[in-house]
Amino acid sequence: MKIIKQAIAGTLESSDLLVKVAPSDKERRDVVIKSEVIKQFGKQINRVVTDTLDRLSVSSGEIEIEDKGALDCVIRARVQAAILRGCGSEELDWEKLS
Amino acid sequence: MNIALKQLETQDPELSKLLPFAGADALTPYLESESAKLHRKLCVSLEEAIKRTGLKEGMTISFHHAFREGDKVINQVVDTLARLGFKNLTLASSSLLNCHDPLVDHIKNGVITQIYTSGLRGKLAEAVSNGLMKQPVQIHSHGGRVHLLQTGELKIDVAFLGVACCDEFGNANGSRGKLNCGSLGYAIVDALFARQVVLLTEEIVDFPNYPASISQDRVDWVVKVDQVGDPSKISVGAARVTNNPRDLMIARYAANVIEHSGYFNEGFSMQTGSGASSTAATRFLEERMTSKGIKASFALGGITGSIADLHKKGLIKTVVDVQSFDNDAAESLRTSSAHLEISANEYANPTSKGAYVDRVNVVIESALEIDLDFNVNVITGSDGVMRGASGGHCDVAAAADLTIIVAPLVRSRIPTVVRRVTTLLTPGESIDVLVTDHGIAVNPKRPEVEKRLRDARLPVLTIEELRQRAVALTGEPEPLEFADRIVGVIRYRDGSVIDVVRQVKN
Amino acid sequence: MKLRRSMLFVPGENAGMLSTSFVYKPDSVMFDLEDAVSPSEKDAARLMVYQALGHPAYREIERVVRINELNTEFGLKDLEAAVRGRADVVRLPKTENAEEIHALEAHVARIETACGRPVGETKLMAAIESASGVVNAVAIATASPRMMAIALAGFDYLVDMHTTRSRDGWEPELFYARAAVLHAARSAHIDAFDVAYGNVNDDEGFLREVKIAKQLGFNGKSLIHPKQIELLHKAYEPTEAEIAHAKRVITAADEAHRKGLGVVSLDGKMVDPPVIDEAEMVLQMAAAS
Repeated sequence: MKIIKQAIAGTLESSDLLVKVAPSDKERRDVVIKSEVIKQFGKQINRVVTDTLDRLSVSSGEIEIEDKGALDCVIRARVQAAILRGCGSEELDWEKLS
Repeated sequence: MNIALKQLETQDPELSKLLPFAGADALTPYLESESAKLHRKLCVSLEEAIKRTGLKEGMTISFHHAFREGDKVINQVVDTLARLGFKNLTLASSSLLNCHDPLVDHIKNGVITQIYTSGLRGKLAEAVSNGLMKQPVQIHSHGGRVHLLQTGELKIDVAFLGVACCDEFGNANGSRGKLNCGSLGYAIVDALFARQVVLLTEEIVDFPNYPASISQDRVDWVVKVDQVGDPSKISVGAARVTNNPRDLMIARYAANVIEHSGYFNEGFSMQTGSGASSTAATRFLEERMTSKGIKASFALGGITGSIADLHKKGLIKTVVDVQSFDNDAAESLRTSSAHLEISANEYANPTSKGAYVDRVNVVIESALEIDLDFNVNVITGSDGVMRGASGGHCDVAAAADLTIIVAPLVRSRIPTVVRRVTTLLTPGESIDVLVTDHGIAVNPKRPEVEKRLRDARLPVLTIEELRQRAVALTGEPEPLEFADRIVGVIRYRDGSVIDVVRQVKN
Repeated sequence: MKLRRSMLFVPGENAGMLSTSFVYKPDSVMFDLEDAVSPSEKDAARLMVYQALGHPAYREIERVVRINELNTEFGLKDLEAAVRGRADVVRLPKTENAEEIHALEAHVARIETACGRPVGETKLMAAIESASGVVNAVAIATASPRMMAIALAGFDYLVDMHTTRSRDGWEPELFYARAAVLHAARSAHIDAFDVAYGNVNDDEGFLREVKIAKQLGFNGKSLIHPKQIELLHKAYEPTEAEIAHAKRVITAADEAHRKGLGVVSLDGKMVDPPVIDEAEMVLQMAAAS
């Protein structure tokens, strides 16, 4: 999927995260993760975000995450929402979203 | 007379120490002047009081925290000391709160170089954990502080104690002024041990002021100041019982545990901490006390409006108060003859001749972390910062018949039940039951309690099962990394070192 | 026999609530994509609910998804997420007639086939929120073998009826609707849910309403706050006498079964199967308290 515009999903409430995506002219993903629990779960969060982006075939873009201690399933959902909004896409391929 | 003394000396050389009479007021010259006799303790300003105490560089000053987040004494006094050029002072406060952030600058400027406290919060906590001080902070319990004073490790040169009202001779209390903090439990101890005692008050009342929680015979100087505390931060009503459904659920489980523990009998004694679930548990306990017709003989604490309410309803016969957490509790202290004020020594000092904690049947406290051996951490947060307080935690836990910890299993993404606590404050041998929103775990050394709870069909699991549930939700956390340098020393109630806190790594 | 006393509403786009609501152990949890979610967040909520449906923490609880009406731009997309997410039940809001259930059923079967889920596995429930819905309740309740419950939603219904809650006495303004929904449910052998109680701080008012609903025969109630779960379960708890009687009925039924008798009798009277079912339900509720 290709990010064609800036988009946001999520909130800064406890147990949630704010995901901002933007298109990039570089052929790579720049992912910045800030988290309240970066010391304990930084690696895990990075794994989940990377996996989610891979499954949606996002190869280029600027992704910024501000996490307030969200569980993996919430991280997945918010990243997916931001990407889908950023791609202007209405089509959901459910295989890629589980 | 000299002849007689010389003769005494020859009879017994020991008697050479005796002095001849030198006039009626030789030792008390102020009795010769009417104004000195009566008003000698009054100081026109904090500066004057400081001067008259003889405070010097490198000495130890002390404070109490009964005015909680509304306290204005510590900042006022240390600001003044800084202005007067004092350096290298040791600050010993019964606790430190968010409002004491300004201490950071004073530490940077070398005014304060050593701290003894039960707890730290806010920017001060962050700064200390990031290596602000050369000397590690000494963290003690409320009972442990008195023990340190008794052994002489902590020697207070000057105690600066804020009070609600006092007379010009120093008879003071915390509950009958305009701005009340309630019990002066911690201040009373400082007044007993400090070399010089300065009372700060907004109100100087007629002599003799009573009741005298701090008596004139322990006070050196009295200063009237504009504010000892911020009314907007103190004069709130009862600490509101939480509406958070998860805290309520945990509170209800805790009340169920008490009900079926075997300790829920007529005349039982109890204590609850200041956390949301702890205070809410009081409400659920009330239901069970009313329906079973059981009254408590006393409640100890840290007293909240909820406890004061049960006292008013006749469900708690006596309230024993070392600190009043809110205005309702302070009001109850003022109006009820069965609401007693006690000192920290009477409360929890392991080497006092009698500590109230020894007589507690059931206590409910909270925890930041608890590990598979039931060890508890209440001081180091999930970011490794030493932010929290030891308080009376290990004191009551050691002495009470049944110690119950209440906590959510997971706070956002941070598990409460861990393999090993980040910082050990209260040893697992003092902890009996853990109550979380996912279920209850009982320390294996209390099999009879576990049996009673299982028979009552409460959701009992092992602590390992609880940990696994937490990890199933959050994932396995990476252990926190710290630098080598020690920034805090955790002192158990007997003065021994039970753990240390190291500088955070960023 | 599934206990359905409490159905806890959880707003589909609230991360905190989705991450914690399972601790309150309601009999059913309803992830809401409809009224609780603003139009601009429907897409994000859908993805959150899809994830929540797959979360092991919710496995022990019956999972219901309230989708938007099918004639909105959101309804079908919600349905894809719900069915593919293996929700136990899809709740259709503002159900007016049996045709709407037929249409819903057809879409559900299509999606089940597309995602490899056994056709017929996803159950349905209807929310009655208008006068039309009330008068069509029987047809709605029997419209499909997938129907497992019917709920009355008070707020919209009362607006449609041009009246308001009296919050007093026996609440005449809801009487007919409650009775109609109950009769429809019982004649179709499915469960019936009473209206949600909006004032979270009024425990007394909540319990008053629960008493009415229980007495009328409702299986349970839609709940909007976790603290209502404990209150409701306690109110539905059978008395000692009811439990004792239920035990005797079950014992008698077991006796008869052992002896190979076709008829069960207790205290000289015949005991019909529905009475035995009722006794089982009582013991189940007692065990759950």
